[in-house]
Amino acid sequence: MNDLVEQLLNGNRRALARLLTAVENEAANRGEVLAALFPHTGRAWVIGVTGAPGTGKSTLVTALTKAYRAQGKTVAVLAVDPTSPFSGGAILGDRIRMRELSGDTGVFIRSMATRGSLGGLSRATRSAIRVMDAAGFDIILVETVGAGQSEVDIALAAKTTLVVDAPGLGDDVQAIKAGILEIADVLVVNKADRPGAKNTVRSLKTMLELGHPGSRSQVVAHHGQLLRVESNGVGNKDEVEAMWLPPIVETVASEGKGIGELIEAIDRHRHYLANDAALINLERQQIEIELYDRLREALMTRLLQKIPGNVFADVIGRIQAREIDPESAVMAVLAKVPDVS
Amino acid sequence: MPIRVLIAKPGLDGHDRGAKVIARALRDAGMEVIYTGLRQTPEMIAEAALQEDVDIVGLSILSGAHLALVPKIRQTMDKSGLNDIPILVGGIIPDSDRPTLEAAGVTAIFGPGTSTEEIVAHIHKILTPKDTQ
Ligand SMILES: Nc1nc2c(ncn2[C@@H]2O[C@H](COP(=O)(O)OP(=O)(O)OP(=O)(O)O)[C@@H](O)[C@H]2O)c(=O)[nH]1
Ligand SMILES: [Mg+2]
Repeated sequence: MNDLVEQLLNGNRRALARLLTAVENEAANRGEVLAALFPHTGRAWVIGVTGAPGTGKSTLVTALTKAYRAQGKTVAVLAVDPTSPFSGGAILGDRIRMRELSGDTGVFIRSMATRGSLGGLSRATRSAIRVMDAAGFDIILVETVGAGQSEVDIALAAKTTLVVDAPGLGDDVQAIKAGILEIADVLVVNKADRPGAKNTVRSLKTMLELGHPGSRSQVVAHHGQLLRVESNGVGNKDEVEAMWLPPIVETVASEGKGIGELIEAIDRHRHYLANDAALINLERQQIEIELYDRLREALMTRLLQKIPGNVFADVIGRIQAREIDPESAVMAVLAKVPDVS
Repeated sequence: MPIRVLIAKPGLDGHDRGAKVIARALRDAGMEVIYTGLRQTPEMIAEAALQEDVDIVGLSILSGAHLALVPKIRQTMDKSGLNDIPILVGGIIPDSDRPTLEAAGVTAIFGPGTSTEEIVAHIHKILTPKDTQ
């Protein structure tokens, strides 16, 4: 495994692919791998691309990749799709739209299924991003379907989050939920060649104006909940004015239109973070939440191991017999765990 | 861990219904299927197989160009160090062409009318536990 780490750091693409599998499978040695790679991470600019199915995310990722390649930057793409809850399998089809990127050794594309495991998307995705980061890519684009949990989790791993909308998806207000709007650093209205694009832009503007100014930078998405984060800038007029307001950029990804403007908006966000020390804050918050998550998981595992196995069967039987209600049963179980009761 | 399969359509024919049916059947059998779409060159297939770290590659070929395509794909994959990844072929393959494909390292050939169960069973059989971990 150390060989693979060495090879990855030397730019070996198969080693990168293998190590992505190791972290994705939560292989026994993944802790070792991530520990060895960690000092080499933190250099890539991680861009989350999320939005409803079919809005053109993969097409947009392809256009962005081409533009970054033209600037001489290397790009890794992580395309995340949901695992079928019925079979545990998945069809990962984002590469279909990315065929133009093949044959370029400055690009690496990996498809990933959510696998719906505990902590699912956030943990495996964060690890995969770190592996790509250590491999030295300048830009990492992470595509996730905005349907539920995953798009909110991505904001925890990305430096800049793009939320993609498109006309013709039915109700515009439906297409982008308030929660997903709050994680957006840049809003993209793709398929601007389609009728209704102006309406989509207008309703997004309205939704943005409804949110109070600066709300974005006070909010961190966490497991589907939006946490308010303490900020010393609240109420201070200058600081509120200095806060980032997500711009709306119109694109026609399939024709490469608006991509230059989109890259400019991403650059502006990057500079905003860098100049404002906001980047350090963002990173601190992300690290804090990740640490808390992992700690909670580790503690849970340990504590659950302390519950004698027969206690469960006994208590389940008693609940079923209506001898005890579930809430009292939990207290009864906890009473049997040392260090907790 | 789920088996990862690359399903690719090399060659110029524009029909991918068969490939999509297989992709869905493999997903329903609990596999992760990377589907790359139409008109894949041998280089594209080898590149995708490498980046996706798949356990197996399935090629759907209806154009009749299998004798030209399959050995080329095998060679290109081998050149990228992917000689340990088996290749399956689905499509209309005359019996007389089978030995050539088998000699080119194809582990199984599935004609029209093969049941998807058969394909799933074959994949499980040839992937030793070591490969799927
Ligand atoms: N008219 C128009 N069509 C587009 C544009 N961008 C993408 N499309 C088309 O929209 C469809 C969906 O594009 P994708 O890039 O696969 O969308 P996606 O959001 O990645 O889809 P999922 O990954 O399935 O959620 C494809 O047929 C694209 O060709 C655009 O700017 N204008
Ligand atoms: Mg997509």
